[in-house]
Amino acid sequence: MSETKEKEFRVLTNVTVRFAGDSGDGMQLTGSQFSDTTAWLGNDINTLPDYPAEIRAPAGTLYGVSGFQLHFGSEDVNTPGDVPDVLVAMNPAALKKNLMELRRGGVLIINSDSFDQKNLNLAHYDSNPLHDDSLSGYELHTVPITSLTANALEGLPLSPKEVSRCKNFFALGLMYWLYDRPIKNTQDWIKEKFSKNPEYIEANTKALQAGYNFGEITEVFTTRYKVEPAKLPKGIYRNISGNEATALGFLTASVKSGLPLFLGSYPITPASEILQYLSSYKSFGVKTVQAEDEIAGITSAIGASFVGHLAITTTSGPGLALKTEAIGLAVMTELPLVVIDVQRGGPSTGLPTKTEQADLLQAIYGRNGEAPVCVLAARTPRDCFYMAIEASRIALKYMTPVILLTDGYLANGSEPWRVPHINEIAEIPIKFRTEVEGFYPYQRDENLSRPWAIPGTPGLEHRIGGLEKSDIYGSVSYDPENHDKMVKLRTEKINRISNDIPDLKVDGDEQGDLLVLGWGSTYGSIKDAVIKARNSGLTLSQAHLRYLNPLPKNTGTVLKNFKKILIPEINLGQLARIIRSEYLIPVEQLNLVRGLPLKVNDILEKITVLLGGGNGK
Amino acid sequence: MANSAETTTKKYTAKDFTSDQDVRWCPGCGDYSILAQVQRTFPELIEANKENIVWVSGIGCSSRFPYYMDTYGFHGIHGRAPILASGVKIANPDLSVWVATGDGDLLSIGGNHFIHACRKNVDIKVLLFNNRIYGLTKGQYSPTSEKGKVTKTTPFGSVDYPFNPASLALGADATFVARSIDRNPKHMQEMIKRMGKHKGLALLEIFQNCNIFNDGAFSILTEKDTKEDNVLILEHGKPMVFGKNQDKGIKLDGPHPVVVDITNGKYSKNDLWVHDEFADTPIHAMILAHMDERPGFPTPIGVFRQYFKETYDGGIRSQINNVIEKKGKGDLEKILFSGNTWEVN
Repeated sequence: MSETKEKEFRVLTNVTVRFAGDSGDGMQLTGSQFSDTTAWLGNDINTLPDYPAEIRAPAGTLYGVSGFQLHFGSEDVNTPGDVPDVLVAMNPAALKKNLMELRRGGVLIINSDSFDQKNLNLAHYDSNPLHDDSLSGYELHTVPITSLTANALEGLPLSPKEVSRCKNFFALGLMYWLYDRPIKNTQDWIKEKFSKNPEYIEANTKALQAGYNFGEITEVFTTRYKVEPAKLPKGIYRNISGNEATALGFLTASVKSGLPLFLGSYPITPASEILQYLSSYKSFGVKTVQAEDEIAGITSAIGASFVGHLAITTTSGPGLALKTEAIGLAVMTELPLVVIDVQRGGPSTGLPTKTEQADLLQAIYGRNGEAPVCVLAARTPRDCFYMAIEASRIALKYMTPVILLTDGYLANGSEPWRVPHINEIAEIPIKFRTEVEGFYPYQRDENLSRPWAIPGTPGLEHRIGGLEKSDIYGSVSYDPENHDKMVKLRTEKINRISNDIPDLKVDGDEQGDLLVLGWGSTYGSIKDAVIKARNSGLTLSQAHLRYLNPLPKNTGTVLKNFKKILIPEINLGQLARIIRSEYLIPVEQLNLVRGLPLKVNDILEKITVLLGGGNGK
Repeated sequence: MANSAETTTKKYTAKDFTSDQDVRWCPGCGDYSILAQVQRTFPELIEANKENIVWVSGIGCSSRFPYYMDTYGFHGIHGRAPILASGVKIANPDLSVWVATGDGDLLSIGGNHFIHACRKNVDIKVLLFNNRIYGLTKGQYSPTSEKGKVTKTTPFGSVDYPFNPASLALGADATFVARSIDRNPKHMQEMIKRMGKHKGLALLEIFQNCNIFNDGAFSILTEKDTKEDNVLILEHGKPMVFGKNQDKGIKLDGPHPVVVDITNGKYSKNDLWVHDEFADTPIHAMILAHMDERPGFPTPIGVFRQYFKETYDGGIRSQINNVIEKKGKGDLEKILFSGNTWEVN
């Protein structure tokens, strides 16, 4: 050990790493530990867990491969990275599935122990890629990770299977060494996680340390990399995923409104974590009901809303479809409710663990009758926190259901978040009706909201329901003129929310040849593509919608100042359709529906085509 | 909840529970009787604070019920009344929550919500208006229609078997299961009072005549000359006697009920099955629920079973209280800044 050579340090501004292995290899854990340490070190970071819907597909198969990609840097990081610079492949299947995406000349770290005939067959390799020249274009490091882990754990009272399961910590330790990160955070995490199994603490810690030491002493690696901390605004930071940010956002809205939070939900990928997080906040009086089905999830929330709770329901696309009728009931009864749709690949069961943006039209229009609701979309994992609060504010102020769209990428992906102090967040004022004199269930205020008179309030006994109600008085009414009036009032109420939301902001010039317009989780990819295009001498602007219904009031004005509008979406052009019909302007589309975030390069290519190779000043 | 001193001393009358809405059921419908019995019973059951009562319903003729009660009311969507009511009750366990529903609403489209409300023992009172037909959609067979039922959608007779609501509820471990008949107002009032006082999910199945689409479905149980020989009125601690002259009884032979004559000297009341509402298993109640499927046996009405266990809404409330007692009230700032944090200067 004393004879280790000084290794060369190279400084990088950003790196994209992908960990890939069997579903049971612990790649999600490895990736999230590397992410947490990296964020803690002060790098900007963005992550993309990418795993199959099967929990543990047969070992060694191609369809059982689980991956975790993270992009970190000393400068602004907005996406999980188009192409990995580093691939850690724990077995042949992981190599086969991911190699084509690795940057040419990129770093390839392979667990050579797993390249036996059985695994090669399972991965459909005719010859062993470690022994032919198919990997010659990469900086290949073959490391016998399984046996090195076994050596390090020799003498511990563990079965061979248990020993083998520690190899991800060896790989993690090696990566920590390679990118100059401390192992302490993960050591602490192991101690807490396995507090009931001291032998696992010892084994995993040893494997982690052995991986780190291996980098130090081996001749395999001659270079280490440094990525300096990013220049982030002052404050206390934590690494946050979209689902956790969403849960914290609603908890905050509950505290800020003084209303108890009620979540009615049914587990569904990739939304279940929100239910899990909120179930743990009992000390805030949060009530979570894991209901018998999706319909029960939302309907219990509507009941809770009727009695004065901040009521929400969480789901993904198939669940939103099931909740459709109940959302209509909340529209008709004009009760506050937030529906969170963590979008995933569809239709039907689709791609449960992959991301997509194809529920926009379902959210805005997918109900019987004229049933307008407010629709919002978060654009980054941390933005989920703020949009959850905003969705609550609007639902409570306007007595309306609000649908908040996030997606699989935002939900599972993470980024550093400057944690706000609670006094930085505005209060949400609530007014329950208590005055008996002059009470009518459907008498509206200046926002066209009806009074919230909750059961338990003496003298305000009244009935609501799904049948059309008479204006002001709220009795059942089949009167044609009344129905026409109520349909229009409900729509006008939603439209007026546009007076109460921020204008659409343009990044770049207010007019020009091209505006790239997006919504939801494509924000980071579009932002990076626009920056790259500008760096190549093009002039263009970006705008991103977080309010989809109603749209910000200035949207039409913004769009009309550009010769071309490009709308990249992970669907077949749902926002494009809305923008065309709303403003009668042509728009260009970029649609890739692969279950993955859009790549910066795909957007950049489209931009370049649209600007004819140059419009520079 | 806000309770004014004024309302706590006031004694209600049936009129206090009558809303200003015109009742829109067909003349002669059994629903009128149910509404009347509820309005007559409530002043006794609900001594004060009627603002704490919420009526919830689904869709169907029965589900217009909340509009006619001057309490808080929520006319929901088809089949969802049990879970809508559960949401109300869980959010505010101080409310008294009642459900008006029908056989299609509760047992067909809403079957899932019903069994899970039973399983969880949510403290809601469910009045099932069972007329064995779809009325509001004008006469299609329902999940409680007898096999072979000829209706508009089953012109050659239905080929499926009906649900037995009491059996379903007992099987789902409901803590209170009872049955009554629209034409027996006194009995229904008694049952409403009993369910109102029960803590936990209570089902009251009411045989209700739809005089338009299924007239006479229960006539054998309601007409003067047949009812006594066909209805068994269950009373806790009493032997099961029925018949025009109180001449017949039910004897239990292992798991098999037997009808015996108690006038010919062979059997006396001492030989009969004594009803135990509070039995610790649902087995005997289950035998009662299925009894009238055997020819010559009467249809039981009354409380099949009542027992007690923690309610779901109560469980949620006490879990929250326990956590707060142990860990203190939640501190938002602390939660936000939890996990691995770092400072950028």
